[in-house]
Amino acid sequence: MEAFGLLVYGFSVLLTWKILALMMVGLVLGIFVGVLPGLGGPNGVAILLPLTFTMDPTSAIVMLSCIYWGALFGGAITSILFNIPGEAWSVATTFDGYPMAQQGKAAEALTAAFTSSFIGSLVAVLLITFLAPGIASFALRFGPPEFFAVYLLTFCSFVGLGREEKHKTIISMALGLLLAGVGMDTVSGQLRMTFGFDELLRGINFLVAVIGLFGISEILLTMEERLALRGHAASISLRVVLKVWKEMPRYWVTLLRSSAIGCWLGITPGGAIAASFMSYNLAKRFSKDKESFGKGRIEGVFAPETAAHASGTSALLPMLALGIPGSGTAAILLGGLMVWGLNPGPLLFVEHKGFVWGLIASMYLGNVVGLILVLTTVPIFAAVLRVPFSAIAPMIVVSCAIGAYAIQNAMFDIWLMLLFGVVGYVFKKIGIPLAPFTLALVLGNRAEDSFRLSMIGSGGDMRVFWSNGLVGSITTLALVLLLWPLIGGAFGRMRSAFARKTATGTADVR
Amino acid sequence: MKFAKWSTLALFALTAAPALAWEPSKPVEIVVAAGAGGASDQMARMMQAAIQKNNLMKQPMVVSLKGGASGAEALIYMKSGAGDPHKVLIAYSLIYMLPLSAKIPFNWRELTPVSVIALDQFVLWDNTTLPHKSVKEFIAAAKGANPPFKMGGTGSKREDHVLTVFLEKRTGAKFAYLPYKSGGEAATQLVGNHTQSNVNNPSENLEVWRAGQVRALCVFDKERMQYKSKVTDAMSWNDVPTCKEEGIDVQYLMLRAMFLPGKVAPEQTAFYVDLFRKLTQTSEYKDYMEKQALKPVFLTGKSMLDFLEEDDALNKNLMTEAGFVAN
Repeated sequence: MEAFGLLVYGFSVLLTWKILALMMVGLVLGIFVGVLPGLGGPNGVAILLPLTFTMDPTSAIVMLSCIYWGALFGGAITSILFNIPGEAWSVATTFDGYPMAQQGKAAEALTAAFTSSFIGSLVAVLLITFLAPGIASFALRFGPPEFFAVYLLTFCSFVGLGREEKHKTIISMALGLLLAGVGMDTVSGQLRMTFGFDELLRGINFLVAVIGLFGISEILLTMEERLALRGHAASISLRVVLKVWKEMPRYWVTLLRSSAIGCWLGITPGGAIAASFMSYNLAKRFSKDKESFGKGRIEGVFAPETAAHASGTSALLPMLALGIPGSGTAAILLGGLMVWGLNPGPLLFVEHKGFVWGLIASMYLGNVVGLILVLTTVPIFAAVLRVPFSAIAPMIVVSCAIGAYAIQNAMFDIWLMLLFGVVGYVFKKIGIPLAPFTLALVLGNRAEDSFRLSMIGSGGDMRVFWSNGLVGSITTLALVLLLWPLIGGAFGRMRSAFARKTATGTADVR
Repeated sequence: MKFAKWSTLALFALTAAPALAWEPSKPVEIVVAAGAGGASDQMARMMQAAIQKNNLMKQPMVVSLKGGASGAEALIYMKSGAGDPHKVLIAYSLIYMLPLSAKIPFNWRELTPVSVIALDQFVLWDNTTLPHKSVKEFIAAAKGANPPFKMGGTGSKREDHVLTVFLEKRTGAKFAYLPYKSGGEAATQLVGNHTQSNVNNPSENLEVWRAGQVRALCVFDKERMQYKSKVTDAMSWNDVPTCKEEGIDVQYLMLRAMFLPGKVAPEQTAFYVDLFRKLTQTSEYKDYMEKQALKPVFLTGKSMLDFLEEDDALNKNLMTEAGFVAN
């Protein structure tokens, strides 16, 4: 058991007071960030990233990943208590969590959310522990065509599997790709779309865009809606916790399925948002009692939370082993890694064992500590939402501005952030999803570079994308996912024809 | 007693004061014109550590990565910081090449040269799983290859690309040049057999060379590297032949030099000249030179200016001949 030995080594790296203290700080900050609407996990990590520049890499990533776990936990709190998803991935949690809270079962819903989050990430961490050693040598097989195929897969899966209308996803993605092209082009060594402005030389930093698109635009929306934050009192007693835990094993199929969906979408960068919706839909589709979903069914909390957490955790694996982020937060952590002088990629596992296994060990420890922490601190965090919005909003805006400035110490980036805030507001108003835009901004450059490098290498021959089993199967899978609505539609018609015969057909959530 | 102590202190301060020249009054930023983990970044971190450990300066040094736009970000940053003596750029050949290839509005003469602290080598590398054992066999195989051999390198129309063009001109072999974002990426891609060769600096391929995954074919210099202690099981840097010995007359050395922004006072420049002179005498610097196979040099003042003008002309010629100068 090589992995087990390495894991023990990881724990030995981790178990110092300094790192444990940073872990607690990270978790508390993370839960806080998760609770605040508009200040999601990626923003929290982005804002706090520069604070870690002076730390050693292991301490830094332990703290940042704990912010991430904390945000994943915290996102559920507001979804259930106030019907405000603190995070995009906890939108699906509101479907059944909020009705439960209204029925006076807030404590049960919160316990269910936290525990299933814990289970989801535990499954994902186990997967990382046993896959990680092998993934490094596998990763060396990735040249330009393979990388392009992976990016293609990500883009296609967003279009094919996303809930949003296809043309809007594509519009959003195309705009992201366009902006990703600003700045120096690595392949030709020329500047593009800078229009003579020195500020645009370095391109548009996607962190700045993310803070504006998500943070600022959320504030604008909340202001417009004059959202009153009315909370239900929440306290968790040990009795309720035990009762939920006793109920849990009954839903093992849902938990397992949701974990699997989460891990899959985390590793192939589909993201926690897609995972939570997909597993909610599947839990409903396979349930014997479809009607009770959306009316406060505990399974409806288990499914999205398990998947979101499994996906959020497993997204770190491709980030570490391949340098491809599986989620927005992973992408920010990727940037952090480079700042700390670590090159994410196949050799990371060989050259920086202490760092990698320390991080993996911190996932185990961070989640256990996180679970205990959220179960005990729910009343405190719920109190945050009783602070008037007019007091909280300026604080969020200021912290967003600091975050945007700190990335490159550039005032220009604050203006850019505000501009993106307005763009995000408009996008939300006209129903254009933000996730594809962000994804394209993050991956656009790499996708373009790897495509052009593939073309240089093959002399312009497109068959290079089917030149071996690995790249061929990823490319094919990408195309299948892109056309999934058509393929799935055909299946759906067949099934509904069948269902009509047996007279048990029901409408799809989507 | 107490009075005596204070008065001696005061006396000491009075006598010491005139001897103290200008000193930084806040943390000094080392500006790196490349991404994290690259050769410039590693060097900046070595300097930071050496200066701190040996107490060469009271204020701390912070490394500031400005690798955006292939390093142009750092150049513009330095240019706009005129008069600020708390920023030092760790420069390399991009100061000549970027203004030519990408028309970046920058001229190194707008900055204040402090000192050249090292010269960096370039080595031709291939993957150990390939059959050719020497440069001659490699070039022969490259000439017959269809599709052409892939050569990895950092960036487009920069030193790695220039070297590839000259390798083609001198040998008649053709390469498909793949520009990656960093030397580290070029190294990984060579190990994964996605390229057949690269022209990385010794430091960029050091780890994979030690792991036995790549082969050092020849160094692009007049003479062999001086370091004779074993780096891999069988070889030292000195065991790597020069490309000239092997019949390929291509030479290129890259400067690693420190610059202050323009319009700083002479005593401020003097402080940094002295600082970097002391730095080159530390054991940290010497170890680093040997480990990364750099050529230790120290040039300042007139000799540095002469070197820069000559090097600028040389790079301009190479860029023009390679056809990389933008109109």
